Amino acid sequence: MAYDYEKYIRPGKLPHIWCPGCGHGIVMKGLIRAIDTCGLKKEETAIVSGIGCASRLPGYLDFCTLHTAHGRAAAFATGVKMVRPEMNVILVGGDGDGTAIGGNHFIHACRRNIDMTYIIMNNKIYGMTGGQFSPATPTGDKASTTPYGNPDPAFDIAKLAIGAGATFVARGTAFHANQIDKLIAEAIQHKGFSVVEILDDCPTTYGRRNKFKSVIEMMNYLKESTVPVKAAEKMSPEQLKGKVLTGVLYKEDKPEYTEEYAKVIARAQAAK
Amino acid sequence: MAKKVAFLQGNEAAAHGALYAGCKFFAGYPITPSTEVAEVMSIELPKIGGKFIQMEDEIGAMAALLGGSLAGVKALTSTSGPGLSLKQELIGYGCIAEIPCVIVNVMRGGPSTGMPTGPSQSDIMCAKWGTHGDHPAICLVPASVQEVFEETVRAFNLAEKYRTPVMIMPDEIVAHMRERIVFPEPGELEVIDRTAPSVTPDKYKPYDTSFGDVPPLAAFGSGYKFHVTGLNKMQDGFPTTKAEIVQAEEERQVRKVEANKADIMKWEEYQIDDADVVVVAYGSTSRSARFAVDEARRAGIKAGLFRPITFWPFPEERLLEISKKVKGFISPEMSLGMCAGVIKGCIEGNAPVLGIFRVDGEPVNPGQILDKIKEVK
Amino acid sequence: MSRYELRFSGAGGQGLITAGIIMAKAASIYEGRQAVQSQSYGPEARGGASKSEVIISDTIIDYPKITKCDALLAMTQEACTKYSDDLKEGGILLYDSDLVTKLPEGNFKKVGFNIINTAKNDVGREIVANIVALGAMVALTGQVSRENAEKAVLSSVPEAFIELNKKAFNMGFERALAASK
Repeated sequence: MAYDYEKYIRPGKLPHIWCPGCGHGIVMKGLIRAIDTCGLKKEETAIVSGIGCASRLPGYLDFCTLHTAHGRAAAFATGVKMVRPEMNVILVGGDGDGTAIGGNHFIHACRRNIDMTYIIMNNKIYGMTGGQFSPATPTGDKASTTPYGNPDPAFDIAKLAIGAGATFVARGTAFHANQIDKLIAEAIQHKGFSVVEILDDCPTTYGRRNKFKSVIEMMNYLKESTVPVKAAEKMSPEQLKGKVLTGVLYKEDKPEYTEEYAKVIARAQAAK
Repeated sequence: MAKKVAFLQGNEAAAHGALYAGCKFFAGYPITPSTEVAEVMSIELPKIGGKFIQMEDEIGAMAALLGGSLAGVKALTSTSGPGLSLKQELIGYGCIAEIPCVIVNVMRGGPSTGMPTGPSQSDIMCAKWGTHGDHPAICLVPASVQEVFEETVRAFNLAEKYRTPVMIMPDEIVAHMRERIVFPEPGELEVIDRTAPSVTPDKYKPYDTSFGDVPPLAAFGSGYKFHVTGLNKMQDGFPTTKAEIVQAEEERQVRKVEANKADIMKWEEYQIDDADVVVVAYGSTSRSARFAVDEARRAGIKAGLFRPITFWPFPEERLLEISKKVKGFISPEMSLGMCAGVIKGCIEGNAPVLGIFRVDGEPVNPGQILDKIKEVK
Repeated sequence: MSRYELRFSGAGGQGLITAGIIMAKAASIYEGRQAVQSQSYGPEARGGASKSEVIISDTIIDYPKITKCDALLAMTQEACTKYSDDLKEGGILLYDSDLVTKLPEGNFKKVGFNIINTAKNDVGREIVANIVALGAMVALTGQVSRENAEKAVLSSVPEAFIELNKKAFNMGFERALAASK
């Protein structure tokens, strides 16, 4: 049976701006299924983004949606969540938005363990501005501003999130479409700051420059370069060489920020 | 019952003024010389169930401020020069997305790190032109601790009434000096709350001009769902590049303030009626100016003081009127002529403007102003 | 003119900013006069010379800083040298006689006693030297009554230290009177 996405999509807002072959639409559908699974109410859910292709996603969805400035989604969302801890807050955006210009807000949202879910669509490039390299672009790759190959090392976004204190970190890919909603649903249900990195493709500005002949090749790359974390347990270091792990990479229970602030309120009022 | 009296710093008064106005959320980042505002809010907000958060940087503080306000509460941040520069993009976001909020900016020496503990009045142009693009600007410049309190309340009123960020900018002297303050009773000062939408969620549009130039703003989490963006938007909040809509919306955003200047502007005139020389001064400098005007009067010189309390929008029409009957203006200021430039911009060359510009971290003293008053022939 | 200008100066950490605040509070809250207090901020307030300025008046105080100092407290030689330039003719200089040995020239009343040692040895805690000095300034300047100043002191210190500060304030007040005779 075909899934009823229409229920969550704003009437008249499609078609979206994404190029043919871009994985963002796959992620959006996964997000919709996850929201449906979790039973989130539209009026009680804020979807917040920064700037970039991925950050246009909230406009298509029928929730309280906030398309902020470049890099600032996590900080805007922190304000929303502080004032209304009862709201479900979901962040969406790209690798450049989230880990370059928004890197500071990202790591501090992780550190606070504030109850939000951040979906980072990592296509390794600044797509909207025409394909400049991002902090997630692998060393040596071509981008419009690395014509001789990228001299920068790349972030491992999931590791960055774990190191900064996020209490749920998962990774999926745009190829593994049926896994996306499960990872996001688990992230939403987790109390604390959860990060879901989705390895994504940008055929227009990244694929062309880096010898991917087609979208299918890019999708195959997402499939072949990744290994589920469970399967990896049984694999040798040689077999794992060059592979990226997918699935739930990290999970722990730690005090959540708005609940901790509620304790601050209780202490202040007791001392009054 | 006797009113509550306290001996407070200007910064502390700003925090208490915000609380009087009903502020329930503070997001900030530590910066000298404004930190007392944050400190008082961190103590007081949780007592009344409000929220305080110290963010990771100035930009994050401004972002959280806007997010908090959009979630439906009155929101405050405090900063100083370098922080104001960093916040500018998001101040513009607040202007275009029309999210009310109040920014206390304590003016210290600049540019850049400048003189963190020295007083200044050189952020005044940054308050109007700091963020890119056309946008409304409201900026209040109190001169005493009591006035910091009262103008902070007014800053919230203007922010909520006109759905836009409002800045209140005491200079470091006003922010740090202590004076007696008499707390107004609840109800004594007007407190304006945000207009809630009168339509049901299915009919709601966040920029619905059928309600006038300032459409009601619903809160996230209150049963209304809508889209907010920093892109040029239509009445329903979604982005557009349609020329006529962009033009109309941009004009409306600026008109909210321009068409309501009479309501927003506030100034004080002292010994102006028969004055030959008018000193235009605001903030702590106006206190030196008043001292000098009194001295000048004692010496038989007809001097007066024009003190803007709202710096933006600037009371230009009134100053133009005054300029027609005076021999000269004095602009004492802790900047290299920013205020003098504004004065010149409104008086159509009717009188000379003599400046006293100090950026050495010291206030313009009354003696300097008196000497300059004597120069006007 | 009723405008009276006081400066409390010394080294950062000696509590002179607090002393100035209490003096201003005494005038504006308890005495019903007008007062403004301001201070030097920044690195200078933590080591090196530090100052707290108080203007007291019966009418509105416009200029909040010192124009001509009526009374100067100097708790270190450095502060005395740095801040005595604008001391008014006929004004008052109160200094710690153990620490300030080179007195500025000038036609003003110079009153010295061992302020810090009084706090340390006679009151029992060096930390209240600022309150000893405040008591002395109150006695010498006559800008606020002894009763109102004491009220301001007691409303500004933690409960547990009320007796200590009361003793410090009164001892300072008495010593200054004795020293100025």
